[in-house]
Amino acid sequence: MAELQNFTLNFGPQHPAAHGVLRLVLEMEGEVISKADPHVGLLHRGTEKLAEDKPFNQSIGYMDRLDYVSMMCNEHGYVLAIEKLLGVVPPVRAQYIRVMFDEITRILNHLMWLGAHGLDIGAMTMFLYCFREREDLMDCYEAVSGTRMHATYYRPGGVYRDLPDEMPQYQPSRFRSKNDLARLNAKREGSLLDFIEDFTDRFPACVDEYETLLTDNRIWKQRTVNIGVVSPERAMALGFTGPMLRGSGVVWDLRKKQPYEVYDQLEFDLPIGVNGDCYDRYLVRVEELRQSNRIIRQCVHWLRENPGPVIIDDHKIVSPTRVEMKDDMESLIHHFKLYTEGYCVPEGEVYAAVEHPKGEFGVYLISDGANKPYRLKIRAPGFAHLSALDEMVCGHMLADVVAVIGTQDIVFGEVDR
Amino acid sequence: MNATLMSPRIQALAGQLTERFADSVSLTHGVGEELTLEVSNDRLLDVCVALRDDEAFAFETLIDLCGVDYLAYGQAQWKTDAATSSGFSRGVEARAGGEPTERRFAVVYHLLSVSKNQRLRLKTFAPDAEPPVVASVIGIWPSANWYEREAFDLFGVLFDGHPDLRRILTDYGFVGHPFRKDFPLIGNVEVRYDPDKGRVVYQPVTIEPRTLVARVIRDDGPQRPSDGGEHG
Repeated sequence: MAELQNFTLNFGPQHPAAHGVLRLVLEMEGEVISKADPHVGLLHRGTEKLAEDKPFNQSIGYMDRLDYVSMMCNEHGYVLAIEKLLGVVPPVRAQYIRVMFDEITRILNHLMWLGAHGLDIGAMTMFLYCFREREDLMDCYEAVSGTRMHATYYRPGGVYRDLPDEMPQYQPSRFRSKNDLARLNAKREGSLLDFIEDFTDRFPACVDEYETLLTDNRIWKQRTVNIGVVSPERAMALGFTGPMLRGSGVVWDLRKKQPYEVYDQLEFDLPIGVNGDCYDRYLVRVEELRQSNRIIRQCVHWLRENPGPVIIDDHKIVSPTRVEMKDDMESLIHHFKLYTEGYCVPEGEVYAAVEHPKGEFGVYLISDGANKPYRLKIRAPGFAHLSALDEMVCGHMLADVVAVIGTQDIVFGEVDR
Repeated sequence: MNATLMSPRIQALAGQLTERFADSVSLTHGVGEELTLEVSNDRLLDVCVALRDDEAFAFETLIDLCGVDYLAYGQAQWKTDAATSSGFSRGVEARAGGEPTERRFAVVYHLLSVSKNQRLRLKTFAPDAEPPVVASVIGIWPSANWYEREAFDLFGVLFDGHPDLRRILTDYGFVGHPFRKDFPLIGNVEVRYDPDKGRVVYQPVTIEPRTLVARVIRDDGPQRPSDGGEHG
């Protein structure tokens, strides 16, 4: 009988479980993985090089397109770096708005992750459930920025504009009955904050629903328990951050340990895993859904009671309003200079990091005093996680590769940049 | 270094760093709580091992590693202080800075200590030779693997001791190192489908480079009260 040899399997880049454009070259012994070599870069757009050729503000929109399921958190890392170099601090209300939208983004991201991860390993219903709630949060994005995904809402010095007093409503059309319209608009009678508060009332019950489907599900546990185990020491050595690190039992969250904005004034708990397997990371992320919900509620209450400016009043950095511009010569000059040349950032280098839904999203910015970054390096959490894929899947079966890719919460926009 | 602006914790770390590595490094204090340690290339590995293993530092995680090309540092396309009489150009002339400068390529490491809750930036300049070579830290922090491949791919920095230094982000068969400052933003080649050959072919780019916003350096812009970080 001929001896069985290792063989090589090409997985992706066109595969629904590859979460985008991952090409995996797997060396297999039968159905067991002996080596996994991810080929990334198929979505490389040179974001960092493009940003070096543009004034600072024009690159904010690129940040949305990095990790395209947690848009505002990417922007946050970038504007924090610029603010740190400029030495400006946004108004408190802007900080609360940012925190609220960071947490909305975290829920958006985790719902996307939960739905896709579930779908990958056999829980079809999850996808539909998760997208139901995502839709409402997308509407919050749209209400505040005009777009459902690529918001470009955070600016150095604050946020682009204040929260709207009216939530946009569904319009009558021949495809919608009156009853449908009334049902869809029932939550949208008040302001955006009313809508978000109503969402936070409903959402814990939704998370309970997800958990009913998965947490004690025998199939789910068979697919995730003891798969892709990473010890805490190894997780730190491999550069893991965020839920990947917490799933291994390391108490580390930038929101608690190196708080930025107003996170030190908000109450929330850190879920920590024990075994460092896919199931623990699942539990960590589901609990983060609940904690984010808690943070959003606190922000909503604060924002209701504390109106105020949402962006600094320094027209060397922030453009004057159009009304001011039409009325005042100096404002016109500021407006013109800001939109043709941008602002110059003092010479220096900074590293600003935020607790992104996937881990630590860092922006390393070198400025030589010009109106464009000299060098922008984006530290994407997924890049470090994916580089450990080989180690995590070795010795597992082919089907477990899908579970591990799912648990790493890979999005190629940020891995490839 | 401006000691008055530092919090006591950072001051303590700075003190320990100076004490431990006084002979081989230079320490600068940047914006906020950021410390930058510049280390010469030949001492890099010793310093890295010490930073990871010493109780006082305990930098278990290499959070980020990246290359920097200092070729065009501080070069503007408009001379804003002199152009009032002569007028501004379109800023489209090829960027100066073809002269290879000393200390052109740097590799920057961002370290994080989870147990001590502290960060450190480590910077080393590659010797002035082509190709630039820096020792690999993959034996100290395994997360360096892909980061070093990325820095090699984008900047052409070689990492001595890396077991698998392949390109990672650019295309199979890509020529050049795209994040170098002398690599044009529009690239050198473009792809199109050739109906005669029945496949995708590479050809020189057919678009012109253009400058939408000129690069200017103004001193009268917003100024931070503290002193800025330094370029090595």
